[in-house]
Amino acid sequence: MINLIYLTTLLPLLGFLINGLFGRKIKNEKVIGLIGSATIGISFLIVLGAFIQTLGLPIEERSNTVNLFPWLNVGGLQIKFAYLVDQLSLTMSLIVTGVGFLIHVYSIGYMRGDKGFWRFFAYLNLFIFAMMNLVLGDNFVVLFLGWEGVGLCSYLLIGFWYDRKFEKGTTSQAAKKAFVVNRIGDFGFLLGMFLIFMTFDSLNFKEVFARAASFPVAESTFGLIALFLFIGATGKSAQIPLFVWLPDAMAGPTPVSALIHAATMVTAGVYMVSRASIIFASAPVIMTVVAVVGLLTALMAASIGLVQNDIKKVLAYSTVSQLGYMFLAAGVGAFSASIFHVMTHAFFKALLFLGAGSVIHGMYDEQNIQKYGGLKKYMPKTFLTFFIATLAISGVPGLSGFFSKDEILWSAYANGGFVFWLIGAITAMLTAFYMFRLVSLTFYGKERFDHHNVHPHESPALMTVPLIILAVLSVVGGYIGLPKVFFGEHGNLFEGWLEPIYAPAMNKLSLYGEHTHLEEILLMTVSVAAALSAIFFALHVYRKNPQIAENISNKFKGFYNLLLNKYFVDEAYEAAVVQPIQKGSEKFLWKIFDVKFIDGIVNGVASLVENSSGVIRKIQTGIAQSYALIMMAGIALVLLWLILSL
Amino acid sequence: MDQNLLLTYLLLTPIIGSVLVLFFKQEQKQLIRWFGLAISLIAFVISLIIYFGFDQTNSQFQFIHQVTWIKSLNISYHVGVDGISLLLVLLTTFLTPLTLLSTWKAIEKNVKMFTFSMLFLEVGMLGVFISLDIFLFYIFWEAMLIPMYFIIGIWGGERKIYAAVKFFIFTMFGSLLMLVAIIWLAVYASSLLGHFTTNLIELYKVGPTIPHEIQSWMFGAFFLSFAIKVPLFPLHTWLPDAHVEAPTAGSVILAGVLLKMGTYGLIRFCLPLFPQSAVNFAPVISVLAVIGIIYGALVSMVQTDMKKLVAYSSVSHLGFVVLGIFAMTVESVQGAVIQMVNHGLSTGALFLLVGVLYERTHHREISFYGGIAKLVPLYSTVLMIAMLSSIGLPGLNGFIGEFLILIGSFKSAVLNSWWFTIFAASGVIFAAVYMLWMYQRVVFGEVKNEELKHELTDMNLREMIVIVPIFIFIIWIGVYPSTFLKLTEASTQSILQQVGSYTINLFK
Repeated sequence: MINLIYLTTLLPLLGFLINGLFGRKIKNEKVIGLIGSATIGISFLIVLGAFIQTLGLPIEERSNTVNLFPWLNVGGLQIKFAYLVDQLSLTMSLIVTGVGFLIHVYSIGYMRGDKGFWRFFAYLNLFIFAMMNLVLGDNFVVLFLGWEGVGLCSYLLIGFWYDRKFEKGTTSQAAKKAFVVNRIGDFGFLLGMFLIFMTFDSLNFKEVFARAASFPVAESTFGLIALFLFIGATGKSAQIPLFVWLPDAMAGPTPVSALIHAATMVTAGVYMVSRASIIFASAPVIMTVVAVVGLLTALMAASIGLVQNDIKKVLAYSTVSQLGYMFLAAGVGAFSASIFHVMTHAFFKALLFLGAGSVIHGMYDEQNIQKYGGLKKYMPKTFLTFFIATLAISGVPGLSGFFSKDEILWSAYANGGFVFWLIGAITAMLTAFYMFRLVSLTFYGKERFDHHNVHPHESPALMTVPLIILAVLSVVGGYIGLPKVFFGEHGNLFEGWLEPIYAPAMNKLSLYGEHTHLEEILLMTVSVAAALSAIFFALHVYRKNPQIAENISNKFKGFYNLLLNKYFVDEAYEAAVVQPIQKGSEKFLWKIFDVKFIDGIVNGVASLVENSSGVIRKIQTGIAQSYALIMMAGIALVLLWLILSL
Repeated sequence: MDQNLLLTYLLLTPIIGSVLVLFFKQEQKQLIRWFGLAISLIAFVISLIIYFGFDQTNSQFQFIHQVTWIKSLNISYHVGVDGISLLLVLLTTFLTPLTLLSTWKAIEKNVKMFTFSMLFLEVGMLGVFISLDIFLFYIFWEAMLIPMYFIIGIWGGERKIYAAVKFFIFTMFGSLLMLVAIIWLAVYASSLLGHFTTNLIELYKVGPTIPHEIQSWMFGAFFLSFAIKVPLFPLHTWLPDAHVEAPTAGSVILAGVLLKMGTYGLIRFCLPLFPQSAVNFAPVISVLAVIGIIYGALVSMVQTDMKKLVAYSSVSHLGFVVLGIFAMTVESVQGAVIQMVNHGLSTGALFLLVGVLYERTHHREISFYGGIAKLVPLYSTVLMIAMLSSIGLPGLNGFIGEFLILIGSFKSAVLNSWWFTIFAASGVIFAAVYMLWMYQRVVFGEVKNEELKHELTDMNLREMIVIVPIFIFIIWIGVYPSTFLKLTEASTQSILQQVGSYTINLFK
């Protein structure tokens, strides 16, 4: 099965081509949906096969390269189109194809009747193709191919309903914003690659990482490489300062938000940092930067999430916040915890988005949670699964989110310090709060929608079955990574599985100082207690006493507005970056420099020639005598000059 | 060996074709169109035969054909190709029939003269790429101005005369300096070798021995001429005007092939003839190239006319090529060569597609459009692919060129600074901005203009026949660039060898 891994990109590509080229003619939604989903389903089975096969191999043989063809061979640059099948890429592939498959199936129901149905499935397949290249690539360039490819699909899918309005603008503006902001990150990624190539003379993962562990390279070089790569990660994974595109990405259809902007693509940055762990581990300063950026992003996004009223916006900021958590983990050296959280988050956040989609579907495209309320009885399956996911993300013990979040918080404390833990725990508390605010406003309380026009209803089985499967995963997904404090070294199967990937980085970091079990249990208890109290508070306020929320927001009007307007980051970027560049380019570079200055010189020279030739023309009288006269005068002058110069 | 005549046959095909066109009657438009297409296709087939007979491992010029022309001055008709020139010959013979086919509806006025001009132009372009005699090169270089002048001046837009004259003056200015330098070079060669020569292969040995100071002037004269043609910032202002006023076919050929003559000249003449000066001036030139990349992109961003937008984007793309050439690493020069082809394909495609809209509505302002995705879905998809190729999406051709140029210039010993690459790479961001913004305003949203609903029809079969072959190569180069990189590898290395042997070692 490992050798067949190329099928997991080839099949989605085929699906894309079939639906993209002939979808319009096929028309039949069942056929299109089947082609789209089956290609991903089969890919998942192949990945699963490769995973089982790899599990059966001894640990030192678990990393296999599948060569396809030479891609870029120029001078010292030898880039193969090849896939690396190892513990990390298999884990990511399982998430991408597994969750991807469920979302494809869900989409058949969700997108029913849309005139762009075929186009949607074509793009979705293309996305999986790109994403699989991203996680499977055995070198930075194939990774980058996938990296930009998912960006393209994200662009196409955010702007999928290209004629619709979105907030103050249009969906296509949101799409463009996502692509451009991602490109800023890609710029950093490119420079990182160049510096890697210059330093290690290769872009192949195995070669680069082996050399990174052994070559005598200055820490500052590592630092610069890591910084460049991290800039790339902040773009793709929506971290400060490049997070601004992700909330706008919600302009796309909801399954897209679930697949691309929650479960898979946005975690690409985390994957990349994790893949290059040895480089980051060799640059302690940048590790701290990663952790701090992750932490601040997590806190900032969670605080914005407290006051948003659009169901997808809340989830979007929640995603930004959870991604921050993952970077916090990576930054404190808990790479395996960061990927663990990628996985659990993929389950519960995909579920939340799909659940939100189900609600939106049942509420005639209404997305404002203030206009929901009491939907529990109308949509029992959606409610139940959504509730489970909410418990999971809030870190309630026993569900998947608890395990990964707890591991991150503990690592933040152990390797980062108390402040890291504290901010992380506060974020967890905020998370629990805004999620239960969301659940309360949506499913509990008074029905605030217009009963004449809106008749809430449960979604069809095509949509609810994926919800149920994801709900099961959101519960049990965490049990492969049990806390060591209770279950010993072998409790955390997940970490054990990924351990060989991070071994070189761990050698360099030499973490885990002296901490007692008591400390860990104590901190865990505190954070769980904090989350639970936040849950109860949210339920108390939003189920029964909404006036409390109103009072608070009135009391802190300024701060509330700051949060509601997302700290005015968009506006600041617009005023400080976008406008100056645009106006400067138009008013100065084009209209003054190009048209007035350069062309002015050219036209000036031209008219000078024209005018002076007008003067000189008068000499050409055509009268031989005057020519002779001028000639004589000329000779006389030359003679005079010769005599004088003697 | 009679095989050596192939290049001459290649050159003769459009020559004979253009003469024969003159025997048609003015009214036989359709016949003339088919005839022109057939001739250009024959030329394409001949160039393919040359490609398959070409030995890619050999860095020497091949298919050489030399006949003495002006005996007293030792000037000869001397043609041959190496990998780089062959690739550009292929680009020329590939784009010419497609361009001709694209004009079947757009050009109604004086089809006979138009076809004649286009074939004449092909002769000039091919001649430039295959000449191994510097005098012969100069003749083709100048000759090609004439049909281009007419194509802009006769079939152009409102300000066609202004644009044509501007194009002519800019280019002439550079050419004259080059002519002076050519004569000086030939004379200098005679003092060194004992005989006057314009044979490029001989001059390769002469050029590097020119005293430093004089070589700088020689280099400057050649460089200026090529830089105007490229066009390199700040000599680019003729380009937007020429493009906007030229008919679609003119823009396609201008962007697709003509601009490449400038960058080809840099590689073929400036580097190997004057290696010391090339290395000396490389940082300065690269600064201009990088300014061009960013400047072109920024000015492109704020254009209101689609054609002008694409024209300014050329300034940006060609900046990459010049940077690649003067970074003088195997990667960057290979990247530059492949980027020449890429730019020909993607910008050619973009001009064709702007032309498709213009043919239907006679509007090129971005603000006139909006929401055409609904009306012309096929066109919108095709435009998307051309755009993605232009902004260097991995998997398509543009990425290969830009990536090689950037990674090559990053480690360049000649430039010896990361800043060139860092600034150049920012062009990648701006490219996304101007292209996506244009696409968003033209294609997405609600249908803005009622007029569009009546006038706009989707791509027809002929237009698809023009665009699909270009797309095949856009994907081919992106996925399997080895086909093309191998062709130019030996020649690139030999040029860098030549430069390096007189200056610093360019191979790490």
